[in-house]
Amino acid sequence: MKAIVNIYLKKGVLDPQGKAVHHALGALGFDNVSDVRVGKQIVLDIDAPSMREAETEVEKMCETLLANTVIEDYSIEIVQ
Amino acid sequence: MNVTILQFPGTNCEFDTKYAFERLGQDVTILWHEEELVPANTDLVVIPGGFSYGDYLRSGAIARFSPVMKAVRAYADNGGYVLGICNGFQILLESHLLPGAMKRNENLHFISQYHYLKVENSENRFLSECKAGEILNIPIAHAEGNYFIEEDGLKRLYDNGQVLLTYCDKDGNPQNPNGSIDNIAGICNKEKNVFGLMPHPERAMETILGSIDGVRMLEGFIS
Repeated sequence: MKAIVNIYLKKGVLDPQGKAVHHALGALGFDNVSDVRVGKQIVLDIDAPSMREAETEVEKMCETLLANTVIEDYSIEIVQ
Repeated sequence: MNVTILQFPGTNCEFDTKYAFERLGQDVTILWHEEELVPANTDLVVIPGGFSYGDYLRSGAIARFSPVMKAVRAYADNGGYVLGICNGFQILLESHLLPGAMKRNENLHFISQYHYLKVENSENRFLSECKAGEILNIPIAHAEGNYFIEEDGLKRLYDNGQVLLTYCDKDGNPQNPNGSIDNIAGICNKEKNVFGLMPHPERAMETILGSIDGVRMLEGFIS
């Protein structure tokens, strides 16, 4: 199965990349955008007995390495 | 004094740092990151600048798990002195040997220039040769020096005298190149034996190259 991990800066932590993209969108006339957050996506192929166990395992990976929880939040999606 | 300088794949300031400490008359060993022990006679561990593991994922995120870092943690827990410069500072943050985290510079640029710094606190070994309020001119060279710490953490840094250096102009007025919270350029841990800063004192050792203010910083460990 696959695990899709999305990582973003926490709410309240200013996102310099999001701010720059937001500014560029405004300059191009897309002025209906109120906020932009730029994150990263990590896709893992993972062997696990169940989706739940895969999620637990990936959560450990996020806490240890994939995300810096001082400034980042993450979400995990497991797909068959 | 025996200085041990760590070397990861992608480190590029180890020889400048070695030169700087040798110029101050100290003995230097460069230690590859796969080593599991810090030499027993080490008086100071320096984690130098560079791009360990290509800065992949986040600066310092992968270097943190190198075998040598386990030894550095034990060394620091035992009261040993550790100095992280630039990427070394980022590694110390990722290792949680120092509090907070680094973000991309506010303007998203890699900034490489001299910058003035204000000594906020000199009651520690590292800045013991400097005076509080003193202005130093030291090069910075980084893309991720936008230091962040949540409000309570920031308060603790001030309460314990852990804010060591802030960015300023030549007269000491706050001036922020990268978006760092409260213009912070360097901090230490509560125990004051682990130090991290984004500027490069090892690049400010020769008048002919623009500044010798780095000498006074690094001398703190020696005197």
